[in-house]
Amino acid sequence: MTVYVKGVVFENVNFEDPNCWRLEEYVKRGGYAALKKIINDKITQDDIIADMKTSGLRGRGGAGFPTGLKWSFMPRSFPGQKYLVCNTDEGEPGTFKDLDIMVYNPHALIEGMIIGGYAMGITVGYNYIHGEVFEAYQRFEEALEEARAAGFLGDNILGSDFCFQLHGHHGYGAYICGEETALLESLEGKKGQPRFKPPFPASYGLYGKPTTINNTETFASVPYIIREGGQKFLELGKPNNGGTKLFSVSGHVNRPGNYEIPLGTPFSELLEMCGGMRDGKKLKAVIPGGSSAPVLPADVMMQCTMDYDSIAKAGSMLGSGAVIVMDETVCMVSALERLSYFYHEESCGQCTPCREGTGWLYRVVHRIANGEGRPEDLDLLSRVGDNIAGRTICALGDAAVFPVRGMLKHFRHEFEDLINKAQKAKGL
Amino acid sequence: MLEIEIDGKKLTVPGGSTVMDAANSIGVHIPHFCYHKKLSIAANCRMCLVQVEKAPKPLPACATPVTDGMKVFTHSDQAVTAQKGVMEFLLINHPLDCPICDQGGECQLQDLAVGYGQSGSDYAEEKRVVANKDLGPLISTDMTRCIHCSRCVRFTEEIAGFQELGMANRGEFTEVMPFIGKTVNSEISGNVIDLCPVGALTSKPFRYTARTWELSRRKSVGAHDGLGSNLIVQVKNNKVMRVLPLENEAINECWLSDRDRYSYEALNSQERLTKPMIKQGGVWQEADWQTALEYVANGLKQVVAEHGKDSVAAVASANSTVEELFTLRKLMAGLGVEAVQAFARNADFSVKTQGAKWLGQSLEELSQNEAVLIVGSTVRKEQPLLAQRLRQAVKKGMALSLVNVHGDDLLTKLAGEVIVRPDQLLEGLLQVVKAVVELKSVAAPAGIDLANVVVSDAARAIANSFEGKAKAAVLLGNIAQTSARYAEIYAAAAALAALTGAKLGVPAVAANSVGAELIGADLGGNVFAAAKKAYVFVGVEPEFDAHNGSQALAAAKQAEMVVVMSAFQSCAMDYADVLLPISPFTETSGTFVNMEGKAQSFNGVVRPLGETRPAWKVFRVLGNVLGFNGFDYNSSEEIRDEALAGDTAARLNNTLTSAVAVSAKSAQGLVRLGEVPVYQGDAIVRRAPSLQATADAALATTVRLNAATIAKLGLVDGGKAIVKQGQGSAELTVKLDAGLLDDVVRVATSHPLTRDLGEMVGAVEVLKG
Ligand SMILES: Cc1cc2nc3c(=O)[nH]c(=O)nc-3n(C[C@H](O)[C@H](O)[C@H](O)COP(=O)(O)O)c2cc1C
Ligand code: SF4
Ligand code: SF4
Ligand code: FES
Repeated sequence: MTVYVKGVVFENVNFEDPNCWRLEEYVKRGGYAALKKIINDKITQDDIIADMKTSGLRGRGGAGFPTGLKWSFMPRSFPGQKYLVCNTDEGEPGTFKDLDIMVYNPHALIEGMIIGGYAMGITVGYNYIHGEVFEAYQRFEEALEEARAAGFLGDNILGSDFCFQLHGHHGYGAYICGEETALLESLEGKKGQPRFKPPFPASYGLYGKPTTINNTETFASVPYIIREGGQKFLELGKPNNGGTKLFSVSGHVNRPGNYEIPLGTPFSELLEMCGGMRDGKKLKAVIPGGSSAPVLPADVMMQCTMDYDSIAKAGSMLGSGAVIVMDETVCMVSALERLSYFYHEESCGQCTPCREGTGWLYRVVHRIANGEGRPEDLDLLSRVGDNIAGRTICALGDAAVFPVRGMLKHFRHEFEDLINKAQKAKGL
Repeated sequence: MLEIEIDGKKLTVPGGSTVMDAANSIGVHIPHFCYHKKLSIAANCRMCLVQVEKAPKPLPACATPVTDGMKVFTHSDQAVTAQKGVMEFLLINHPLDCPICDQGGECQLQDLAVGYGQSGSDYAEEKRVVANKDLGPLISTDMTRCIHCSRCVRFTEEIAGFQELGMANRGEFTEVMPFIGKTVNSEISGNVIDLCPVGALTSKPFRYTARTWELSRRKSVGAHDGLGSNLIVQVKNNKVMRVLPLENEAINECWLSDRDRYSYEALNSQERLTKPMIKQGGVWQEADWQTALEYVANGLKQVVAEHGKDSVAAVASANSTVEELFTLRKLMAGLGVEAVQAFARNADFSVKTQGAKWLGQSLEELSQNEAVLIVGSTVRKEQPLLAQRLRQAVKKGMALSLVNVHGDDLLTKLAGEVIVRPDQLLEGLLQVVKAVVELKSVAAPAGIDLANVVVSDAARAIANSFEGKAKAAVLLGNIAQTSARYAEIYAAAAALAALTGAKLGVPAVAANSVGAELIGADLGGNVFAAAKKAYVFVGVEPEFDAHNGSQALAAAKQAEMVVVMSAFQSCAMDYADVLLPISPFTETSGTFVNMEGKAQSFNGVVRPLGETRPAWKVFRVLGNVLGFNGFDYNSSEEIRDEALAGDTAARLNNTLTSAVAVSAKSAQGLVRLGEVPVYQGDAIVRRAPSLQATADAALATTVRLNAATIAKLGLVDGGKAIVKQGQGSAELTVKLDAGLLDDVVRVATSHPLTRDLGEMVGAVEVLKG
């Protein structure tokens, strides 16, 4: 289910209409007006980037890096090819917003990328699409054809000197390929493994050339910002947390789905929009930003507003905006077991702490969940986690540790109970 | 320059350095596994984490660029905690059974675990087990021990030029493996063993035969090509157990070819000749040295007396030492014999230069060229580490090109490649000469007729690659050197070098080719064309080490007296009259002059086997038995000092003494391309069992042709064919080689299967087998 409350990505999209994604409908909603404005009014690259900075848009892929700032890092007079890459690898458990953008409003993304290309002087772009969503990939290809046919994409866009080629690329479904440098490796046809940074993609990206990478939702927000102005976007949200955002709500709510709402909306309101807790059960905990974000207990969560700063203050992260809601019936040990299994399974295996540590974490949690826990296990989990976090090539190592830390911080007693039971069963 | 501080010590380092570089420059050791100075940075093991002021997290020293004013702490609590944490992770899935691991005692993980590991483990789960992989006859695997540092993978890709090993699967299940169903076939593959920090990759022939601490390490020099790789020969109980590279940045860097690494197996083979033997009445009998040497002295004296001094020839291996060749030559001179030939693989002896032919520059200078053309060479197999060196130079911008007789992949980017029939190598080179002449709008060089030469686009590309290059070289490979038209090829290459301002270079084929020329062991021309009455063979097997093996064998068989000095028994039993066991390079002191003219002396690393004697001592005694003056040497050093007296560098000179008339000819019909296979070049490698089990060795048993030629001759890929040349024939397996031109029949020389065939390049017939 996709619900538009207020925002920029799904504005005026009629989700019931099977043709809502088509160019014709998009143009009716004001689509490609931003691009026309840029071309016709000969808006400068500097002006666009300045507007992006004003908007306060922060990357929607998880790290929340200010997009205008990122675009300004791109060496504009670089002699040679530069690349623009969209990250539609969306693999973080709980996140399913980019898929909906691709299905219901792909032209917003295409227009956003064209504008990005214009602003940074880039002529070639790729959209790296998660391997397991074949329909989205096909739809994107169709949308590209429409844009090319209409003269919005390709050579001499809208009769100007500006040329921009955009290609879809179908990945293979590895979570790690969402990490931007692993994505680049994969796009180059290699095994998807993160690169050590520095150098960053802005200086050494795809095929070693300067490259800017943004999330699907980030790009899809751009046309609105250019059309309506950065200030207007900013004001949709709150300072430092400009605009609106898509939240993928899953778990024990009555109406799970994507909700586009202003940043700063109280969590309690979001919960209401979702029809409240399923079967009238009590809220126990929420993972507010995708599987890598530390879990927050109900009382803490009910005090939070849905924006980067509020969630960070509460000790978690807004991440990609995946809100996983858990009711009172959930066993936190089992929940962590599943999360730890995911990271163990998805580690690329390149660096020692993550390759060896994620398996260790999973096996210990698995043991505890299966009545084989030992008293020293909780300290062991903390220690192993400390030896992974901050010591790896990419942030997957951290992502594997944060859920463990969150669970042990807020729900340690559940782990202890299981361990004590196990000890008793053994007559200890 | 940037100023930084490491553990309180101030230093300045050039911009672009990493923290690891900086620490290395002041001798601060940072523990590491994946870092290797010759490989790209992977930063995956995380063992080198150090504390950097103002950085919130520990940073990998190997990948962190130095910034001005940076303060690094390699032993602070934060750094050591991080390092110990990584060590713990490395050990949880690593077997803790060093006593049964072949790497034990020379393992970086074991060494670092002593400093950074705990005595017990908190890991109470099941350990990982990884299936071993078949990497071929040279490398054995124990993959459960792999710590995923990816050094081996990066080596194959970056140094060997082709990623024969990869990391398959993900996470904990990551495994190093070759392509499915394939082995590692690079000619420099053994280096992954040295690179592997643990016992995952070890030497197959050496495995479980000795512990590192039981071995003495002795220096030596590679004896199978002209590079002069520096070796560490490891010895136990007077037996060579293993050969490793001794790092010498100017020559072999830290690498070794498989040929130099594994040839030692032959030194311990059952085929060693350990006693002098004399054939009497058709029966071989062991003899003592005195008797054997008197027999030789009398026999040679008698032949000279009866048939004249030109009736005798000495043929030596160019892998013989300076000392051996010099005393041999002196001995022959005493008998009045001029023919002392260390270049029996050559066909054209009319190239006359002002000095000994050499690379024309040092190896390091070669790397710095901006353009290099190689003419006629299977570079990777002839000179494995030279190919490696050129590959690295290409990455730094060198334009490398080839005029060649096959399309073998050099595993590097080429600026141009002209491929011709083997009997048209000269014509291929003339295309480039003409392209340069046209490009520069100059007259054709004197003596070179370019009228009939048609210039191809590839030749133009090569000509262009030399334009505006201050440093350039033209090199003549083995196929050029052994060509029947060597003099013309040489003259054309010299003219090309003159036109382009390039240096002309001759990469020596053998360990001491340059030394042999300096000494004058290159006289007598083709000593088998008109058969002699007596031959002295020193370290050569004429049927394998001559240009035309069947001709050489026939000459040896008809001779009245044949003296064979060798480390091995061989088919010389058929034609020899005396067999004298002489030391291989590991059992004598001696000197090799490498392709860059550098004389490298070495000591014997083990005592001679049985009654084996160093050849120079044998010649010393023979000289004295024959009553010649000047054979009273006390040591090999005395001989060397006499042989290489004066300024030898001044005696290296590739300039032709007189002009050679060069003109293009046409050719057609089936033509043999005969190369010396990588593991057939000399008596030692021919007997090294592990090298003989490689894919490269198997290739030497095939006849290779392109698809059109296979079809035209009615052959099938993988089927049998009979190749006929002169009186001889060979039955071989047909193998498709898309890099050959039509009508080219690629059949190895110097091989038991092709022994009856004739010259390396010549007309052949091919029938379905
Ligand atoms: C393990 C891992 C997985 C990631 N997966 C995604 C993803 O699926 N989609 C995405 O947009 N960003 C993902 N990221 C974040 C990207 O590396 C990158 O920060 C982002 O694409 C930048 O775009 P933005 O600035 O628009 O957010 C992931 C990061 C990590 C460490
Ligand atoms: S942290 Fe994990 S996923 Fe990231 S590079 Fe290292 S092993 Fe791969
Ligand atoms: S086999 Fe050895 S060199 Fe290769 S990755 Fe494993 S530990 Fe490293
Ligand atoms: S040596 Fe630096 S990470 Fe391996």
